[in-house]
Amino acid sequence: MINFQYLRTTTAKSAIALLVKDKNAKFLAGGTNLIDLMKRGVTAPEKLIDINHVPLKQIEQIGNKIHIGALASNSAVAEHALIKEKLPLLSWALQAGASAQLRNVATVGGNMMQRTRCGYFYDTEMPCNKRQPGTGCGAMGGFNRMHAIFGTSEKCIAVHPSDMCVALTALDAEVVLANAKGERKMLFKDFHRLAGDTPQLDNNLKANEMIIRLEIPVNNLAKNYHYLKVRDRASYAFALVSVAAAFELNNNKITDIRLAMGGVAHKPWRLTASENFLKGKEATLSNFEQAAQLAMKDAKGFGGNDFKLKLAPNTIIEALNLAKSKV
Amino acid sequence: MEKRILKDDNDRVDGILKVTGQAKYFAEYELPGLTYGVLVTSTITKGKITALDTKAAEKAPGVIAVVSHLNKPSAAAYEQEGGPQMKIFYTDKIFYNGQPIAIVVANTFERATYAASLVKATYVKEDFNTDFEKALKDPKAKKLQGQADYKRGIENAYKTAEVKLEERYFLPIETHNPMELHGIIADWRPNNQLTVYAKTQGVKATQGTIANVFKIPMENIQVNSEFVGGGFGMALRTWPLEIATVMASKHIGKPVKVVITRMQMFTMVGNRPAAIQTIGLGANKDGKLTGITHRAYGETSTYENFTEGVVNMAKFMYQCDNVNTAYAIVPVDLGVPIWMRGPGEATGAFALESAIDEMAHALDMDPLDFRIKNDPETDQQKNKPFSSKNIKEAYKIGAEKIGWSNRKNKPGSLIEGSWQTGYGVSVGVFNANRGKASVKGILKADGSLLLQSATSDIGPGTGTGMTLIANKLMKIPVNKITFELGDSSLPPAPSQGGSATLSTVGSAVNDVCVALKSAIAELAANSNMDATANFVDVLKKNNLPSIEVTKESQGGKERDNYSMYSFSIHFVQVKVHALTGVVKVSKIVYVGDSGTIVSPKTARSQMLGGAVGGIGMALTEESIVDHRYGRYINNNFADYHVPVNADVPEIDVNFINKPDPYINPMGAKGMGEIALIGFSAAVANAVFNATGKRIRTLPITPDKILA
Repeated sequence: MINFQYLRTTTAKSAIALLVKDKNAKFLAGGTNLIDLMKRGVTAPEKLIDINHVPLKQIEQIGNKIHIGALASNSAVAEHALIKEKLPLLSWALQAGASAQLRNVATVGGNMMQRTRCGYFYDTEMPCNKRQPGTGCGAMGGFNRMHAIFGTSEKCIAVHPSDMCVALTALDAEVVLANAKGERKMLFKDFHRLAGDTPQLDNNLKANEMIIRLEIPVNNLAKNYHYLKVRDRASYAFALVSVAAAFELNNNKITDIRLAMGGVAHKPWRLTASENFLKGKEATLSNFEQAAQLAMKDAKGFGGNDFKLKLAPNTIIEALNLAKSKV
Repeated sequence: MEKRILKDDNDRVDGILKVTGQAKYFAEYELPGLTYGVLVTSTITKGKITALDTKAAEKAPGVIAVVSHLNKPSAAAYEQEGGPQMKIFYTDKIFYNGQPIAIVVANTFERATYAASLVKATYVKEDFNTDFEKALKDPKAKKLQGQADYKRGIENAYKTAEVKLEERYFLPIETHNPMELHGIIADWRPNNQLTVYAKTQGVKATQGTIANVFKIPMENIQVNSEFVGGGFGMALRTWPLEIATVMASKHIGKPVKVVITRMQMFTMVGNRPAAIQTIGLGANKDGKLTGITHRAYGETSTYENFTEGVVNMAKFMYQCDNVNTAYAIVPVDLGVPIWMRGPGEATGAFALESAIDEMAHALDMDPLDFRIKNDPETDQQKNKPFSSKNIKEAYKIGAEKIGWSNRKNKPGSLIEGSWQTGYGVSVGVFNANRGKASVKGILKADGSLLLQSATSDIGPGTGTGMTLIANKLMKIPVNKITFELGDSSLPPAPSQGGSATLSTVGSAVNDVCVALKSAIAELAANSNMDATANFVDVLKKNNLPSIEVTKESQGGKERDNYSMYSFSIHFVQVKVHALTGVVKVSKIVYVGDSGTIVSPKTARSQMLGGAVGGIGMALTEESIVDHRYGRYINNNFADYHVPVNADVPEIDVNFINKPDPYINPMGAKGMGEIALIGFSAAVANAVFNATGKRIRTLPITPDKILA
């Protein structure tokens, strides 16, 4: 058997100390992705550091920010009164992900760290630059119906599969990371990376760091919002395209707006140009349509996913429509 | 726990066992000294194994043996020339990617899994093709006749019809994916005695196949398969992986258990083959069909041919004097297919029932009226009357229940916000079979009845149905009746397939009950008891603990005199989201015309399961192969989408419930297949009605709606 050491710790400090001791150690939280990857032979950590007992499950408001511990479960966040009241977009995005059973054990930090669901990544008999740099991209010229249309590289066209991360990107969240020496803060939108020349790297977390918590500013986006996930079945399927939309409306004029897309890039895809266009404008179908077109600049299909070039703007329009009509 | 606590007589006799985890499935048997086998599979698609390095695996902790073509034990049939090409471990040839090439046996499953990863094969690769469409277009690729061409009247009469259409329909590979993984426990003991715990739709078939491969007497082999966690057709044969497990057990002299992985479920136990079909329909302007042509191509493997009834329905379902069909199979370098629920008839019905809807539209007729107008009184193919057929009544009931009057004949008429609503209808039809089976009945002085037959129950509720047949005839309470199955030592019965078990085995149960009743009546008369005396009193008076009768039963001349089919009508309402292409089935109405309903609860469940499978076939299911590598891409439950609860709406199940006067003593016709056959067309037809878009390639995913 491929043996691995299992360690359990109860503080972030000791978890980080254990992590840095061993190059091939990994944190184990919900394990909903890591265990699959180990079973499929995609990864083989020699040491699993179980961090489930580290007290990082808090969900609370401190000042004008909502703090969510890295080990809060997806269900706990989605169902928390504070989140439902002040960050309903996040709650909706979480509910759109996975299945109830998975959400119950999956954590916020684990959700951020989950790897792509590209079939070539999981099959060790297939080429994949993300799994094994230099072997080529199986999806390019192969089955790429689920794959990226934005920010792709010649090395990798995989997408980040999370729903939660799409909402967090839209909500201007920050992520707090820690190493042995202390903490640092990063904008959530900068946490995940594009594939570029290093598709093996999904994010900017350093090898000696641990995700501690999210800090999400309280906003005025809790009234007109929608998370629209288009998928092949009604539940337990990854997004073909998803859109997180939220805006503040004053006399039908958009005073603040956030838009992000999932299922279209190697990271959650913030639609800044569309946001800038809509800011200060009326919430009309025609403006929504123009904003959706702006979002599609530089989009590129790879055959199997060409339909996303049409689906993505349509989904943006519909998400905005539904956000507007929310009562 | 008491097995037969039933809230009402129609409850599943094994329902409590199943929901409390007491029902024992093959993988749950713990035999002394049990070992665990894991299969090593080919990573190339076509070629030959030139070397197999098993040293590292053999040295790994807990490993007992690695069995392959290098050291296999004797399997007499495989040592002879001819026979099947896929003689597992008796060939170094690779026919497809994922083919088992060795089995590693260890003292734990985990150790066997790890050791299997250490086996290294070296191959000579050959060019291959797994792309069925490509093979179809290639004039040099083999095409084999799958069924004799059929012609009635003028060939291709549709071409000269007043109104005509010719359309092409594509169905991808689907994988059965029952919840329970496949596998077997084999325990080969001295003197060629073998016991297996199998997941099979036919214990006698498993017994026969193993006997045939190893050339040992049938009676040396005991096959047990009391509970099966779903089959849908994939357990209708004994697969190479099962023979491999038996070989491993024979080789090491210990029991070996194999449970394959979900990924291996895509490559080792068959699938519904891809199909490309062309339908030509001709009609006169009054809406009478004047020509039907159905040409189909089905995918098969290179090492074994697989055929099914894809073009059957066109020959008799509609009144038409000019019908011709052709069916060919096209080999590709994938594992051999096997029947999947509804089998070929479901494939064919998708095309035919879509085309019928298309013709109704071309004629500007309501598709229901068009079907009724072309409904035949007799079977034109067999030139015989139908034994029973109530589909006009079924159409009427279904139309009323779904609210067909709300449907607009002009597509895209019903719009509410971003959602478009549509209604669709289709017909499912399947042979109402009756085979030959034996049942033993033991009537006991304690008031109970034990019935035994070597049939299977893959989930439809066989034990429940048989119990209810006996209950009705014998007036014995259901909790006093036990039906034993899934054991090859019991009186023989055919495999559970083709919707025939209730008809076949149920008839033998009927005959046993009739015989037991007359035996009791005779005993009563001989002992001067009243003819209506209770059998318990009669047995006691005669000092008999029990009496026993075995009956073999099969159909007779009635099968030559009548055309026997089971029918179902599917009505669906769909909602299609215009902007995102999402399709939701929002309501389903079934009307089954399958004779007497013997077991109302399990009959309804058959239809519910058919609807779920049908939604999958219509909207979500597709096994995707990367033809550059010959490997499946979506071979897991996250990416191969079977419908989840949220995809399944209210399902309103109705039955005509009128006995067929000829088929069997119960008047009951089969139900398993008709629940699925045609359903996907009802969805495609409803999608057309909602949007005006005709999708001829399944599954109907959002991208196809947006295209």
